[in-house]
Amino acid sequence: MKKVFSLGLILSLISTYVSQSDSEPGYVSGNVQAIGQYYQEDTLINAALPNHLYGFNGFTNINFQKGDFRAGIRYETYLNTLEGYPTSFSGTGIGYRYLTWNKDNVEVTVGSFYDQLSSGMILRAYEERQLGIDNAIDGLRLKYNPYKGIYLKSFIGKQRHVFADGLVNGNGIIRAIDAELNVNELFDSLNNSKLKVQLGGSFVSKFNNDNNTPDFILPSNVGASSARLNMRYHKWRFGGEFVHKINDPYPDNQNERFNYLYKNGEGLLFNLGYSTKGFAVDFSAKHMDNMLWRSTNVSVGPTDLLIGFLPALTKQHTYNLAATLYPYATNPRGEVSYQADLIYKIPKKTLLGGKYGTTISLNFATSYVPKRDFIDDQLTSRNSYTTQYFSRSDSILYQDINIEIKRKINKKLKFNINYFNFIFEDRAVLVAQHHELIHAQIAVLDLTYKISREHSLRFELQGLWTKWATPDQGDTQIISTGETVQRKQDQGDWAFAQIEYTFSPHWYVAVLDQYNYGNTEPKKQLHYALASAGYINGSHRFSLQYGKQRAGVFCVGGVCRAVPASNGLTFTFTSSF
Amino acid sequence: MKKSILSLLLFALMFQVSAQLPKIKLKDVKGNSVDVSQISNNGKPIIISFWATWCKPCKAELNTIADEFDDWVDETGVKLIAISIDDARSASRVEPYINAMGWEYTVLMDPNGNMKRAMNVNNVPHTFLLDGNGKIVWDHNNYSPGDEHELYEEVVKYAK
Repeated sequence: MKKVFSLGLILSLISTYVSQSDSEPGYVSGNVQAIGQYYQEDTLINAALPNHLYGFNGFTNINFQKGDFRAGIRYETYLNTLEGYPTSFSGTGIGYRYLTWNKDNVEVTVGSFYDQLSSGMILRAYEERQLGIDNAIDGLRLKYNPYKGIYLKSFIGKQRHVFADGLVNGNGIIRAIDAELNVNELFDSLNNSKLKVQLGGSFVSKFNNDNNTPDFILPSNVGASSARLNMRYHKWRFGGEFVHKINDPYPDNQNERFNYLYKNGEGLLFNLGYSTKGFAVDFSAKHMDNMLWRSTNVSVGPTDLLIGFLPALTKQHTYNLAATLYPYATNPRGEVSYQADLIYKIPKKTLLGGKYGTTISLNFATSYVPKRDFIDDQLTSRNSYTTQYFSRSDSILYQDINIEIKRKINKKLKFNINYFNFIFEDRAVLVAQHHELIHAQIAVLDLTYKISREHSLRFELQGLWTKWATPDQGDTQIISTGETVQRKQDQGDWAFAQIEYTFSPHWYVAVLDQYNYGNTEPKKQLHYALASAGYINGSHRFSLQYGKQRAGVFCVGGVCRAVPASNGLTFTFTSSF
Repeated sequence: MKKSILSLLLFALMFQVSAQLPKIKLKDVKGNSVDVSQISNNGKPIIISFWATWCKPCKAELNTIADEFDDWVDETGVKLIAISIDDARSASRVEPYINAMGWEYTVLMDPNGNMKRAMNVNNVPHTFLLDGNGKIVWDHNNYSPGDEHELYEEVVKYAK
């Protein structure tokens, strides 16, 4: 009833507004995304088989715009929610609705909104639909641009937590202010200066008294502040950000050393880069400790009620084996990370570059546990340990060295070769099958052959090889035949092959197979074959997929979700108008 | 509930279903604010392409167009605005990439998906074509080799 009322209110507000200003026409637009999956039994791969057999997630947005005014809703349907998606999303109803207007440098938003302050470490309300993340803020936001180059923003609200036939907010309240100064916009004389400077600062506080434990008195109000600076000079750029959060204790049942810590959190992020036509280098560094930051202090799902976003300093891979077996997500407890990138385009019509030029991309990323000096203060200040900026321990969390070479041979043939070398500490992440330090190498060959103007074929071959387990990891394993054999780390070696045929602009068909040929256990040396086909017409897209999907980790933007194995038929429809 | 949906649909029918650019401020890669609704091209068409550094088909599309873009501009006066939806994790990769690739497009940053939502984009790549009056006249959600020909034919049609 409440929802119907709020919708009616939105509509009447719009109608009132519209009747007052008939000068400009109004526009309605929207989109829909529907994913349905029919699950089949497959005990061999341990496929998910829910009672309801059919999962469905649907999202429909309708937006209205007229002059300075915008409004919209999102209707969501989880009947039942897809396997691997948060089970706290159920039913069908309105999950997002907003009204916003923009007049004389002031913008007001009422209802649901997404926002990000700087890199998001201090606050990021966002939607990552594929992962089931939606921490939209429900409240009021004001943006004001009082003078050229000065941008102010402030908001208050509750966060979306779960979905039960409609939006359900968490109890915590978030308040935020942010100011940004663009020095070059502020002074006309600096408009065309080669030196560009932008400064910013934010303060965010939360209020909640969700967690009244008998043992601890938790702070009801927790504040965090941040400062940022972005500069560029000619082809150089520099960015820096510092975030500080006051004590914000969370329960940790696994490790007493992190249980209800009254330690402040901190984050430092730097980026330095140089880029010019055909060449770019980029370097990033991050120190972060105790930056888990939610609008509740109760144990909730890993991606629930997060206020801050902790970016992982790694490249997001797209080739299947590299993207879904050992992907990295930031360790919220803390890490010291570095990343370096180099892109070089060997010019066309040179000996090395060939007729069309060749692009080489190199990427190196590494992450360590910060060096923590533990102090025995469990009964007093409960800070547990001290850290120093960019001081790292010997415990590696992740390392990724990868190279990509891309070249067009002639008008018909293009190739792309990739090599990846991973070190992945699964005892910290617990996403692989064996929780151990895993070393893996991956090679990828990707060929595109253009048959004619509209017809193309694409071939993809990938291999993944893990190291032999070391004696301290337990280097032997008793397999199903009763033999004791040498063991490879995690699930051992994988091969992947895919053929894709596209008929522009409407059709595609693809077949792929993943084969775990190197699993130490012969019974687990399985094939995962999948066929898919799609039809695209303008903004409408319809696709079908049938076959087996391997259990894996699905990541977007450094945030990951474990997806169970499944076997069955999936259909997807997306459309916008 | 059903009634309210029905009334919403009826309400929607009262208006023209023909979108134009929303009034949203984005930043370019250098940090300058750009009001998207003010983007114009002297009566010539504009291509708007949503992409990300982690999206292979997006990069394939924009690199393919980049090879021929000088000719497209000479023949039609078209302008291309590439809107990156890279978030805080990968946003710092955008500028090195576009410079190294030598793209001559206007690149805008949409790190939190405001523009993406306002233009009803479900997934990338999603490419729009605006006519000389800023009306969306064509869009395509996907990229397969060869799709650029269809886009170019549309550009030529609206360049006249």
